[in-house]
Amino acid sequence: MSSDTITEPVPQLAEAPAELKVVPARHYARWAAGGIVIVLVAQFIHGLATNPVWEWNVFRDYFLSETIVQAVWVTLQLTAYATVLGFLLGTVLAFMRLSRSPVLSTVARTYIWIFRSIPMIVQLVFWFNLSALYEELGVGIPFGPVFWSVDSNALIGTIGAAVIGLTLHQAAYAAEIVRGGVLSVDHGQLEAAAALGIPRLRQIRRIVLPQAMRAILPTAGNEIIGLLKGTSVVYVMSIGELFYQVQVIYGRNGRVIPLLLVATAWYVVLTSLLSVAQYYVERRYARGADRTPPPTPLQRLRRRFVTKEIS
Amino acid sequence: MSAVMVDVHGVHKSFGPLEVLRGVDLLVRAGEVTVILGPSGSGKSTLLRTINHLEKVNRGWISIDGELIGYRRSGNKLHELKEKDVLRQRTNIGFVFQNFNLFPHLTVLDNLVEAPVSALRRPRREAEETARRLLDRVGLADKADTYPRQLSGGQQQRVAIARALALEPKVLLFDEPTSALDPELVGEVLDVIKDLAESGTTMIVVTHEIGFAREVADTVVFMDGGVVVEQGPPSAVLDNPRQERTRAFLSKVL
Repeated sequence: MSSDTITEPVPQLAEAPAELKVVPARHYARWAAGGIVIVLVAQFIHGLATNPVWEWNVFRDYFLSETIVQAVWVTLQLTAYATVLGFLLGTVLAFMRLSRSPVLSTVARTYIWIFRSIPMIVQLVFWFNLSALYEELGVGIPFGPVFWSVDSNALIGTIGAAVIGLTLHQAAYAAEIVRGGVLSVDHGQLEAAAALGIPRLRQIRRIVLPQAMRAILPTAGNEIIGLLKGTSVVYVMSIGELFYQVQVIYGRNGRVIPLLLVATAWYVVLTSLLSVAQYYVERRYARGADRTPPPTPLQRLRRRFVTKEIS
Repeated sequence: MSAVMVDVHGVHKSFGPLEVLRGVDLLVRAGEVTVILGPSGSGKSTLLRTINHLEKVNRGWISIDGELIGYRRSGNKLHELKEKDVLRQRTNIGFVFQNFNLFPHLTVLDNLVEAPVSALRRPRREAEETARRLLDRVGLADKADTYPRQLSGGQQQRVAIARALALEPKVLLFDEPTSALDPELVGEVLDVIKDLAESGTTMIVVTHEIGFAREVADTVVFMDGGVVVEQGPPSAVLDNPRQERTRAFLSKVL
């Protein structure tokens, strides 16, 4: 049919009754695939529940036991310290790298290059053996006399060494994440701040960083979750975090699988909590970015129930 | 005749091999409105940006109310000022951008309060009072608590003007303030600028709005190729241009 007849009624519909019934297309293949997948998933869950290898009673005994809860606390502490210190140092490094001073930017670039090159586990073992590198740490004039010094192992300790290792590693990655965020802020924002005479540090803290957060947060969320699980590496330093403690227990009683499940379940719980926190933090920094901010999950839920009541 | 407020003297500016300003002189007296016209690439915006030292000049100097911008003179030498001192000087120079450059993560009120509080160390309460008064003046008193992106382009530019005024600057610079706006929003922004002109604010406006220049300007400056080609009262420059280049430009835009 040529295009000039388009305004005329289509012959098939010309004598249609007032209401036409729509018959949905039938997707037999899609239904079959869905059925197969449901059976497979059911089989897997059934296996989880019934296969005695998983030893759910052992899992139940240990999941909330004092040793494990304490180990979870150590894991959380390591994550918190390394996150806060890592991102602080990372932010400093990011601005050093963006600085117009060639000395500062070269130092930052070199730091990032080196610490991204060393595997975390290698670095941790280095710090664990710090006293072999520097027996004493002191304060004094560079290359001159030392006024005050202390035995390095006494000052830092194992947990301290782990935090330093995790922090230095994290800072290299955080620096690049923060730098990416800063570069994503429109140049006009800095120009406007400069034109208004806002002091330099305040420009960064009040104008640039809050806007950079939008780009920083998704990647930073990844990093923190990665770090949470990455703390399991410090088992090599015999620190009583989650993974180390689990290994100690199954080394004693031989119940490997259920205890690995205990660790897995805790990591899943903690990661889920971090993901929820990330959602709310991101939402906070989205202020002003959209005309209407997205609803929180709670608001969404409430809205659903309220509309149901109405209808 | 009132005192000289802005004095631009023999200013040269290059970006790499490209010479954008090739010896510009400009005098603006207190309370006067100067409108700069010219084809794109003529150096108008660059000139405006050198006045508040967003661009450093290669040769020449600029002073505002007798104070050298960006430098300190001792004998025959110009010492570059530190960033801190340049920032302090900029609080005397209001700048309105073509793309508004409002801070999107701050409310309209916070946009106006930020600089007076952090740069001039005004108490927050006092800064908020001033901010509300200025918002009222640009007709946006009811928008204090909204975010910039919830406003139209014309409203955003009026907020940007109020933000520049919040520092009580000695001179206001406008860099094509209506070029990013839909045609029907241009009028509301020009009305605000006219109102400021009538109240005796010293202003330099880079624009393509010839009608506005005719109505508001005390002096019209025509620039082309990095130099001032012609300047004078609107009646002279716009209606009886003496230079061929001015005539050619006006015949295209009128």
